[in-house]
Amino acid sequence: MSSVAASALSDSSAVSKTPRPVLQLVDVRKVFDGFAAVDGISLDIEEGEFVTIVGPSGSGKTTLLRMLAGLESPSEGYITLRGELINDVPSNRRPTCLVFQSLALFPHMTVGDNIEFPLRVRKMAPEERRKRALELMAKVRLPEDYYSKNVMLCSGGEKQRVALARAFAYDPDVLFFDEPLSALDYKLKKLLEKELKDLHRESGKTFVYITHSLEEAMVMSDRIGVMRAGKVVQIGTPEQIYSTPADRFVAEFFGEVNVVPIRRADGGWLRRDGKPVAVAPDVSIDGDEASVVIRPEYMRFVTEEAGADNTLTGTIFNEYSLGSRLQYQVRSRTGRTFLIEVPRAAAWKGNGEVTIGWDAGNAIVVGG
Amino acid sequence: MADNSLSAPAPKLSPGLRASLPVLVLLVAGFLAPLVTVAAYAFATPKSFDVFRSFTLQNFASIFDPSNSVWTSFVWALALAFACVAILLVVCYPIAFGLNKVFGKWSGLVSVLFVFPLFVSENVRLYGWVLFFIKNGVLDGALKWLGFSGGPELLYTPGITLFGMVYVYLPFMLFPMTLGIAMIPRDLVDAASDLGAGRFMIWREVELPLAMPGILIGALLTFVLAAGAVAEAKILGGQSVITITQDIEVAFTYAQNWPMGSALALILVLIVSGLALSAMARLDLDKILGKR
Repeated sequence: MSSVAASALSDSSAVSKTPRPVLQLVDVRKVFDGFAAVDGISLDIEEGEFVTIVGPSGSGKTTLLRMLAGLESPSEGYITLRGELINDVPSNRRPTCLVFQSLALFPHMTVGDNIEFPLRVRKMAPEERRKRALELMAKVRLPEDYYSKNVMLCSGGEKQRVALARAFAYDPDVLFFDEPLSALDYKLKKLLEKELKDLHRESGKTFVYITHSLEEAMVMSDRIGVMRAGKVVQIGTPEQIYSTPADRFVAEFFGEVNVVPIRRADGGWLRRDGKPVAVAPDVSIDGDEASVVIRPEYMRFVTEEAGADNTLTGTIFNEYSLGSRLQYQVRSRTGRTFLIEVPRAAAWKGNGEVTIGWDAGNAIVVGG
Repeated sequence: MADNSLSAPAPKLSPGLRASLPVLVLLVAGFLAPLVTVAAYAFATPKSFDVFRSFTLQNFASIFDPSNSVWTSFVWALALAFACVAILLVVCYPIAFGLNKVFGKWSGLVSVLFVFPLFVSENVRLYGWVLFFIKNGVLDGALKWLGFSGGPELLYTPGITLFGMVYVYLPFMLFPMTLGIAMIPRDLVDAASDLGAGRFMIWREVELPLAMPGILIGALLTFVLAAGAVAEAKILGGQSVITITQDIEVAFTYAQNWPMGSALALILVLIVSGLALSAMARLDLDKILGKR
């Protein structure tokens, strides 16, 4: 076993580039009662990166994070931190810190005592601890007089800041976040996302964040990994993930999209209704089945003056206002529902039947 | 008249009060009335049944008379109760911890084993222990059969009285404590570890304070029960020590001195409730649970 470990480690260090990754995962698996919550993940996280793992609930992202934090140990595979194998290093000996979804603030302690907890572990002198706690409170924008406040009397956003300050007090190399913003209202969430991003930049620390919200991931991350059923199906910059999703799952996960199944025929592609589909010339797909993914904002109403590469007809059966933009649900003749989003100025004036379409260059073609 | 009271809601009772009326009646009749009677008897003429008709402090005067040695019974009862609680705290914590974190699927069975003795009368169980410890009993006989010189003389000592109390009141400490430990969120222990704390620090700074409501309730319950214990001292202790409850029992039965028994009972109630209330005052549940 140890020789296997050694070879796997030397392999992975041979693969790693400079700068050397802070965290490296090699074929990490976690099996609970025969169920693989995490099913073979290999991932390099670079120094100072903000990496977000997104995925629906049950995709194994929390288990992955708990293994990184040392609260679970992997069933198989290797996790290294700065080149050292940490598979079985307990959480209290790892230079990493996890901000829990529940925040896990100590309810019987004041704000100050919560933040000072990791400093008490290190037996720092009381005055020094207090000084450091107040510095951190300023950093996360908590008023100084909250120092002796009962932490359970703080609002949701304030608790968030306390949890952050406490994590920073530990002074970890890597910070993990398990959907800490999920319980907050939209406005506060937006504010804290920005603050978190600022903190990331100022501190220069490595952040690994998990969420099921695409929006959160897009706003904050340098790279996004998409998880599904225990595997990372795609990892890349937000731009890459958005514009070139690896498959239909990633495309659909990243917001509302229109999906048109197509099949290969005579060097071209056909829709289910037999009409040919124009796809971008650089599309290369293995296999005969594929899907065209079109985001609603790339769908438009087709008129005689403004045609499109691909068109279809249907009837509008729903209209939503998104403020400056309008969304329509159009049911095609074959019974599929399409979503189309246009600027308010391009609102559909007519009624009854409409023709909608998209240009080949605006669609994404994914296998399967 | 009856019609009148039905049609017009003359006694204006709120719905809540009306709904709680049966409980109130039960509490007054079953709980308050005996207490009042006992309190009244405590001020009645000694060795009489002149309750509510006489008022005297003679009973208390004779209790506090320096020549009366009844205070030793109070001391024994309270000392045994404190010792019992202290031992139970140490004995039950590991079991309660195990029930929550270690025994897993077996914890149900273990709980049942601890509850099971409660189905058998306390006296019967204590006599069982007598048979176990008595000369030529289970322990002594078995040791002799094995060729040893016989078991130690444990029966009829204050020590065995304490043992009996610990044995009888163990479930009353164990279950509140188990609940208390169950209230510690898993995340908090994980978070403390993640922030670098070792096992002992997590226990001292996180687990113990958060389990405290359960622990204090268990301690309070067992203390109140143990302070009023009598069977252990009589059956196992063989009256090597006299607890105050036994004095009270004697006053009400053999001595037929109800006023004296009531006065002793009243003093015991005052001492125990005073201690319990002062502990309760420190036990700020809301604060511990973070609701304030």
